Amino acid sequence: MTDFPIHKIREDFPLLKQKVYGKDLVYFDNGATTQKPLKVIETVNRLHREQNASIHRSVNFMSERMTQDYENARETVRRFIGAGKTAEIVFTSGTTASINAVAYTYGEAVLRPGDEVLVSVMEHHSNIVPWQLSCDRHGAAIRVIPITDAGEIDLDAYRSLFTGKTRMVAVTHVSNTLGTINPVREMIRIAHEHGVPVLVDGAQAIQHEKVDVTDLDCDFYAFSGHKVYGPTGIGILYGKEEWLERLPPWQGGGDMIDRVTFEKTTFNELPFKFEAGTTNFIGAIGLAEALRYLEETGMEAIRDYELSLKDYAERMLGSLPGMRIFGTARQKVAIFSFILGGIHPYDTGMILDKLGIAVRTGTHCAMPVMDRFGIEGTVRASLCFYNTTSEIDRLAEGLRTVIDFFA
Amino acid sequence: MTIKEIQDEIIEEFSGLGEWMERYNYLIDLGKELPLIDPAFRKDEYLIRGCQSRVWLNAELADGKVVFTADSDAIITKGLAALMIRVFTEHTPEEILEADLGFIDAIGLKEHLSPTRSNGLVSMIRQIRYYAMAYQAKNPG
Repeated sequence: MTDFPIHKIREDFPLLKQKVYGKDLVYFDNGATTQKPLKVIETVNRLHREQNASIHRSVNFMSERMTQDYENARETVRRFIGAGKTAEIVFTSGTTASINAVAYTYGEAVLRPGDEVLVSVMEHHSNIVPWQLSCDRHGAAIRVIPITDAGEIDLDAYRSLFTGKTRMVAVTHVSNTLGTINPVREMIRIAHEHGVPVLVDGAQAIQHEKVDVTDLDCDFYAFSGHKVYGPTGIGILYGKEEWLERLPPWQGGGDMIDRVTFEKTTFNELPFKFEAGTTNFIGAIGLAEALRYLEETGMEAIRDYELSLKDYAERMLGSLPGMRIFGTARQKVAIFSFILGGIHPYDTGMILDKLGIAVRTGTHCAMPVMDRFGIEGTVRASLCFYNTTSEIDRLAEGLRTVIDFFA
Repeated sequence: MTIKEIQDEIIEEFSGLGEWMERYNYLIDLGKELPLIDPAFRKDEYLIRGCQSRVWLNAELADGKVVFTADSDAIITKGLAALMIRVFTEHTPEEILEADLGFIDAIGLKEHLSPTRSNGLVSMIRQIRYYAMAYQAKNPG
């Protein structure tokens, strides 16, 4: 932990110098969105100032250069997640769009009345609702993978959920609420034994540990740029080539077509079949810059440092009277969902805000998790590699103020 | 007292308070003084939508005046509810609908009026006005 160049890293993120209500900002809402390193900010700025031109359209120098950078960005993403081919990397607007694309097209291609889709209790609404919509359209049903009191997937229950009607498993890699790192590799292996494909929601995983889609053998993997230190409005859908070939297009428009007549349209090759309209090409290049920044910093170093933050925060938070942490999985990231005594999460969040500490309160778009634990909501502090132990001290001190305030 | 006089009184009380902590403490005290809502109204149909914390609001008409009661499971929100009830309760629907809400800014709580704060103050005011409109429609003039 002492080797980690935290001071240099904090210098790379200009927003962290902000003051709120005259106090140094403590930004613990990284699960909602992450801040951007200067390299990303400068890249996006430079592209707008010097290089803007639409991609895949024109013969002019500007367009060719932008197209080249966009396709290089795709290659960077491919390398970052260990995919086999750039044809398997689709740029979307974010995790939600990626999952919707799969849920819709997979429904069209595969789901039939009586079929079943498995999702876990700890899914973000974005990995529940698209499947509900798709199931409703095709007469299929959702089956729910239960979790334990610690917030871990109940693997035995998961195994027993497979029937001859199971057609898809949609599961989060890391829970946005509980912080649990799910054993997705094992879950994928089990699903494949039943001939069932798996979509992994990687929105809360990709920024915390090395993800290798080839090693995981997942069929689909989705994540967002803005949660991995990249720009907003850009996201990734990784899909195995055979699946992307088999699924029909999702949205129609420019760039995704091969030839259009009023009688018949033929579609472009992968991955362009799934990139209708002008994509967020500047966002894509910004995302690639963020991923390169992470590669340079080293995902292992990031993971180790974040784990040390997690251990420290666990100790500091755990020592507070009345602290209840939801999500105590053996494998988890530094996401802490908690309730302090009888104090409403909203009250806690309001006081922390005034102390310059940014957390999230509420249900975190995961109402089934709240129902599972019989609670209305939690305070969530989500940490990442630019946070420090002294910021954790500020949180603990802030929570003591909260306790005094509502005593 | 008229709604305006009550608001002026609240502005006066808040003017003696220092930074946010004192203001929040004052709100919390107001919340503690809020008479408890009849448990019969702590039900989903009296819940105000759009709040992160749960807020129950009930209104009844007595002698041409609207009487509000409320509760919340979050203490700061309950204080905000108490403040709103102190201003609006026992006034006619017309008086409620004509009331100016500038006092919220004057006591330094304007940030709570942002719809994104999801603390329900905006929803609370909207619901108070809906009740007033409904009673006005039932008992015109």
